[in-house]
Amino acid sequence: MTTLSEQILSRAAGRPLRAGDMAEVTPDHCFVPDDTIALLMHHLERAGVTRLPHPERLGVFYDHFAPAETVEHATAHAEGRRFLKRHGVSRLFEVGEGISHQICVEQGLVRPGELAFNADSHTTTLGAIGCFGTGLGATETAYVWATGRIWLRVPTTIRVVLEGALAPGVAAKDICLALLRLVGPAGATYRALEFQGGAVAALSVAQRMTLCNMAVELGAKAALVPPDSAWPRVSPDAVYEREIVLDLSALEPMAALPGRVAPIADFGAPEIHQAFLGTCTNGRIEDLREAAAILAGRRLAPGVRMLVTPASRAVQSAALREGVLATLLEAGCVLTPPGCGACAGLHMGLLGDGERCVSSGSRNAPGRMGSRAADILLASPATVAASAVAGRLTDPRLLMESPA
Amino acid sequence: MRVSGSALVLGDDINADLLYPARYMGITQPERQAAHALSGLGPEWPARLAGHAVLVAGENLGGGSAREEAVTALLGAGVRLVVARGFSRLFFRNCINNGLPALACAGLPALDSGTPVTADLAEGWIEAGGARLAVPALPPELLGIIQGGGLLARLRA
Repeated sequence: MTTLSEQILSRAAGRPLRAGDMAEVTPDHCFVPDDTIALLMHHLERAGVTRLPHPERLGVFYDHFAPAETVEHATAHAEGRRFLKRHGVSRLFEVGEGISHQICVEQGLVRPGELAFNADSHTTTLGAIGCFGTGLGATETAYVWATGRIWLRVPTTIRVVLEGALAPGVAAKDICLALLRLVGPAGATYRALEFQGGAVAALSVAQRMTLCNMAVELGAKAALVPPDSAWPRVSPDAVYEREIVLDLSALEPMAALPGRVAPIADFGAPEIHQAFLGTCTNGRIEDLREAAAILAGRRLAPGVRMLVTPASRAVQSAALREGVLATLLEAGCVLTPPGCGACAGLHMGLLGDGERCVSSGSRNAPGRMGSRAADILLASPATVAASAVAGRLTDPRLLMESPA
Repeated sequence: MRVSGSALVLGDDINADLLYPARYMGITQPERQAAHALSGLGPEWPARLAGHAVLVAGENLGGGSAREEAVTALLGAGVRLVVARGFSRLFFRNCINNGLPALACAGLPALDSGTPVTADLAEGWIEAGGARLAVPALPPELLGIIQGGGLLARLRA
């Protein structure tokens, strides 16, 4: 019997595979975001590819710099549209529709047991619904677009057993940061994660997406939550490389700077200048609701700006219908178009020298969101909102216990 | 297949954002990408890379983003070999698929920039600082991709 990864990749290869095997696989989907469309077209042209054999398996998402900020970005969008039309690729998700991974799950583009590639490292997010999702570079994406196939190695699997229940004010993001602290940024390199244990059933799809999303920050190739579907199923005698047990009830709100992950109290309440709520990690309606619960009846601290970037148009619509947007805007937040937003540092919401941002995203390298002389603190949506109110990195439980 | 050159030495956890900031994505020519190679570490780093055909790094080189410019900018700058204690999955794949030899060497000693480094990909060794270290040779499938000039060369064949 086999791990979820072995089951899914065996199907994609058409033969039984075990961890460590190299195999040629046929993915069900191969996507590309706008930040790689120009390079993809360049590669296909240079390789002399004139026909794409399976346009129905392909798709493109305008999410990283949408709306475009530069002429180069706008031209990449425009040339991409013409290219896709010429090649009969109908799945183009336009400016304002949202982030690829969010759209893939909420619109049901990917299914349990499928293999999906995307030229984006956070494709691991798709494991939330039992789809093996993983990132590819532009060259290999071009190869898949041209041939429908590619070689890969079947990963070994780390079984992550989640027990207990999260305390109020503690979020899926805090589970991710706790795991990052435990195994480090390369602790799962080349491996798949399987999330199991008694706590998993109680986790929402949104929470599962956050967990699988940040698996790549541990180096993972893929992350999978066993789906409710008939297949693939967790096998009692699957072989795991390692097991990690995490008691969720013992977790507390966390934050991360490059090379440093710790409970919020350990950071000494540094002043913040920008709060950013959004991204494929934490830009879902559940995340916006958590922030709104903190911000209701409150105002952002003087000198703090807070950007809210819904992960998709559907998230934005839900937030509008539910009154969540009104709460966020009345508190002083700036609403931006759905997409990757400030996280990728490509088209808005940049940080200046000496500034500090608390972000619900997953990456904090110096310079990622603008100035190299700015700090990015990663934290949960509730922590982002609480910090925006206090003007300092703040444990959200402090604001939950004392209603405004 | 043997490669040698002068090393530029980086530390641990040098991720894709540091190797090639996202704002320079969209430049398709490696020779033009080279002007921004390593610029996430600071504006002086693209010039520091000049003249070094070997990039040496510690643990977890190239983590994070899937962007292959993190690799092709190095190629454009004249890098012909990357040696690290460990690679992220995507960086390693991007190296192989773009024809840049990448060797993992868990026991790599601390080296100074400017040290001559030689490696044999098929025989599986690295020579640096007067010592020869055995490393896992690249599997024939991957060596074949590198020797053929990268994955896309197969489409042109």
